[in-house]
Amino acid sequence: MLEISGLNSFYGKAHILNDLGFTVSRGEVVALLGRNGAGKTTTMKSIMQLVRPKSGKVTFDGKDITAMPSHKVARFGLGYVPEERRIFTDLTILENLEVGRQAKRTDAPSWTVDALFELFPNLSERRHNRGKALSGGEQQMLTIARTLMGNPKLLLLDEPSEGIAPVIVEQMAKTILRFKQEGLTVIISEQNLHFARIVADRAIIIESGEKKFDGTFADLEKQPEIRDAYLSV
Amino acid sequence: MTAVLKVENLVKTFGGVKAVAGVSFEVAPGELKALIGPNGAGKSTCFNMLMGQLKPTSGKVYLNGENITGRPPRDIWRRGVGRTFQITGTYQSMTVAENVQMALMSHHRKLFAVRPYAYKLYRDEALALLDVVGMADQADRACAILAYGDLKRLELAIALANEPTLLLMDEPTAGMAPRERINLMQLTADIVRDRGVSVLFTEHDMDVVFAHAHHIMVLNRGELIADGTASEVRNNPQVQEVYLGGGTLYEQETADA
Amino acid sequence: MGLFVAQLLTGLANAAALFLVASGLSLIFGVTRIVNFAHGSLYMLGAYFGVTLMHMLPGVFGFWGSILLSGLIVGLIGIVIEICVLRPVYRAPELFQLVATFGVILVIQDLTLMIWGAEDQLGPRAPGLKSVVRILGEPVPQYDLALIAITPVILLGLWWLIAKTRVGILVRAATQDREMVGALGVNQSWLFTGVFFLGSMLAGLGGAIQLPKGGADLLMDLNIIAAVFVVVVIGGMGSIPGAFVAAVLISVLNVFGVSYLPQSTLVLMYVVMAVVLLVRPYGLFGREEKAGEHGQVGEPERPIRPAGMRGRMLVAALLAALALVPLFGGNFTQVLITDILIFCLFAASLQFMLSTGGLVSFGHAAYFGGGAYAAALLVTYAGSPMELAFLFAPLAAGLLAIIFGWFCIRLSGVYFAMLTLAFSQLVWSLVFQWYDVTGGDDGLVNIWPAEWLSGTTAFYYFTLIVGVGGIILLRHLTHAPLGYTLRATRDSARQAEATGINVKRVQWVAFATAGAMAGLAGGLFVFSKGSIFPNELEIGKSFDALIVVFLGGVKTLSGGVVGAAFMESAKDWLTRLEYWRLVLGLVIIGVVIIAPDGIVGTLRKVSERVGLRRSEEFMK
Repeated sequence: MLEISGLNSFYGKAHILNDLGFTVSRGEVVALLGRNGAGKTTTMKSIMQLVRPKSGKVTFDGKDITAMPSHKVARFGLGYVPEERRIFTDLTILENLEVGRQAKRTDAPSWTVDALFELFPNLSERRHNRGKALSGGEQQMLTIARTLMGNPKLLLLDEPSEGIAPVIVEQMAKTILRFKQEGLTVIISEQNLHFARIVADRAIIIESGEKKFDGTFADLEKQPEIRDAYLSV
Repeated sequence: MTAVLKVENLVKTFGGVKAVAGVSFEVAPGELKALIGPNGAGKSTCFNMLMGQLKPTSGKVYLNGENITGRPPRDIWRRGVGRTFQITGTYQSMTVAENVQMALMSHHRKLFAVRPYAYKLYRDEALALLDVVGMADQADRACAILAYGDLKRLELAIALANEPTLLLMDEPTAGMAPRERINLMQLTADIVRDRGVSVLFTEHDMDVVFAHAHHIMVLNRGELIADGTASEVRNNPQVQEVYLGGGTLYEQETADA
Repeated sequence: MGLFVAQLLTGLANAAALFLVASGLSLIFGVTRIVNFAHGSLYMLGAYFGVTLMHMLPGVFGFWGSILLSGLIVGLIGIVIEICVLRPVYRAPELFQLVATFGVILVIQDLTLMIWGAEDQLGPRAPGLKSVVRILGEPVPQYDLALIAITPVILLGLWWLIAKTRVGILVRAATQDREMVGALGVNQSWLFTGVFFLGSMLAGLGGAIQLPKGGADLLMDLNIIAAVFVVVVIGGMGSIPGAFVAAVLISVLNVFGVSYLPQSTLVLMYVVMAVVLLVRPYGLFGREEKAGEHGQVGEPERPIRPAGMRGRMLVAALLAALALVPLFGGNFTQVLITDILIFCLFAASLQFMLSTGGLVSFGHAAYFGGGAYAAALLVTYAGSPMELAFLFAPLAAGLLAIIFGWFCIRLSGVYFAMLTLAFSQLVWSLVFQWYDVTGGDDGLVNIWPAEWLSGTTAFYYFTLIVGVGGIILLRHLTHAPLGYTLRATRDSARQAEATGINVKRVQWVAFATAGAMAGLAGGLFVFSKGSIFPNELEIGKSFDALIVVFLGGVKTLSGGVVGAAFMESAKDWLTRLEYWRLVLGLVIIGVVIIAPDGIVGTLRKVSERVGLRRSEEFMK
């Protein structure tokens, strides 16, 4: 469904992604692992074309989306949930959801405001509250809900567990597993290996913008040297 | 022995809502203490009151027996409280050494001097502090090109510049990789041991908390619901319910500190 | 009572145009975070297009149609400006955007002159609304009543658009995080262009709708922009209702001011603003602005070191060459270089607070002109000797900066800039209107240097020593602990405050230092010219300084001096052209887009690239 090949991305002069390539199949949950600064966020931003790759190709559903403007990438069915959450703090929850609203599509689960409120009951209670009145966990739910309003085919979740209480992270794990049941394809970037192992089918380890490992968590367990070198738990 | 930090019934309300609802605790000399809790529990508000960014609605904060409630941050710093930020706040346009020199200039009250060249002042002292955090070899690099983990270490060196008796660290390992986290906390523990500094820190990574904190406090909805050792806190049913959850997300086997 | 009501109504009617322009400015600022200095120019264009269209289209429909059409045309011009000038600089620091819009002002000024000529245009009167209505016995023009009715309708329409529609929600979301809005599938480029269209259209409407009361002339752009800034600052940046309330407040105040305090109409406006900001630092309806909240990217500034041996030799050689100029150069060259040196010192003083301190002042002319006037007043009224008066210039300017600075440093970012502008306008209007003391427009004349400094060459050397001395002093301060402390407050106020630095006090000291040094330049200026006029206190003078710092390179230490030298020399031949503003405006816009590092920054980069200069070791 998503195919990345030979991706090179820069921030200013810093070479962040180095010939990165991997594929994701429909219905899969893939975890991008690696230490801070390894290039996980840049990978996500490069897929969304928020960072323009210098070279390489991103193909989604058979279509080349490299160098497309980000809003077209989003309309094409890629939903991006950024690391810093970036909810619109001056807008109410309902208005935040409205910003994310896009037309339905036939080949992806469709979401309505009501369905999302059912999924995240906390948000429902506070639908007229402004974003800035929400707690960190609620903000994280809102940012996911907002992206789902675009009815994406593939969801990119950047470090969803960062800075969230363990008890909320556990709920989030359940939510992500539910997305998977609905047929959504998900890529999450994570530093918390415990969490990644619960939700993802496959792990991709990135270090210095290069792919160092691509396989199941069972395979990863068998290669402790890789785990220790790049994840160092 | 008197407590380094003593907090008495601290309260902060925002528009009628109690963000911090009567919190009392102490930090003993040489203690490494963690403050944990769900987002929005009041940790940041609490920290900001300790450091003077926010004025408490009521309650008292004592530092080494002296009442410092409601004083501005720069005053509290001068009384021996260093701090590091969740999002690093370093001087991007200066070198690593100059960042520390800046804090030393402040410590020695040379901020408004107009005669000497600043880059020459207190350089040796700065290098010594950078050595403590293992950054001496990067002293003359521009701060703007440092890796994130190095920025965190630099901030720690800055926080040590006024020979503090207490360090307040707001989510010191946020945004760091697991190994960097362990290294930074090990470094902090060494500083506590070697310099007799007390540390109070907030943290979300339970592996870090359980591995390093001598005592742990749990804040929920503005109130302390637990204050004890790692095993006491871990086995507290209320803490499990509001914060820790089923325990799938942190190492189970970590020994109690 | 009748007169009172009539005056109130006149004030309300006058508020219409002011509100339209201010709401447009506010709207654009709210979304793009750009303070569009060229908004007054769009207002002026609206007026000119309105006059032309009204002559072509007769009758009631023609009149109102012309107003709408003018708004549309100006809106389209706004789109052109947005796409050509602002899109390339959205991600640049605030100052770059401001300078770019200032370039637009210059371009529009000359284009208007080219198309419509220098003569003022009389505004046609509104068909069907030409007479007056008697209210409580006083005559009130019918057109005024029409304006009073129209303004709230526009306010309501704008409120509905922003608060209730999907477009409004998207606009508000984009105000906060445009990249995120894009990542959610919204074409935010067009959203921005749309907002710019709407904001420009409002300015154009404002220009056309005031025609029956005013007219169209080439000064109306800068005349209204100062008032609009006051309105927007009082109301709160980005707040449309705030713009309305403040526009009414200022207009009504103006009408009453004209009747009861005719000598202080201009001053009054700024006094009101200062009072409002004292009570509510972010305006009546404004929100606190956090500087740097909107993700400005750009290369980080590099660590600094005092000039090395080579640099010092170079400066020494240059000074030696300047010292030899009177031996070879004539009077004209010496006067030109004197002017350049004075301007260099003025620019260097601004650069100290702007680059090192991150304090972007829009009103630095207040201290330059303030120092000059202080010296001139002392000579005129106390007959004091030149030496004493000259020393008084930096003292008085420094004192002025201490007073104004106390207010200004309480704010940051755009609000800080606006307040500095307002204070400089306060000084200007005071000088301009207090004819008995300052001579108003006629200025103060016969302010000549002492015997031993009379003659071009003597004063040339005096300027060389004082000017260069001042520049070197400022530069040394930058390298001293004070300069480092200032840079620390700029880089991270939070860290500075948490390590014992009293951020506001440091900024205050920097503000006062920069003010005093500008006053020193002003002192040199007044004695070199023998006279001083209010135009040395105008907005334009403050902008000149901003522009040269920018041209030279904001992120450098010598940018201000180099930029000032370059600009002052270039102006000498540039002003001989008929449409020099157009050329200058285009150059400014070009520099902003193509070489944002400025002259010094670009030279540094180029020399690094070709290997002439090693990349500094800090960056490895």
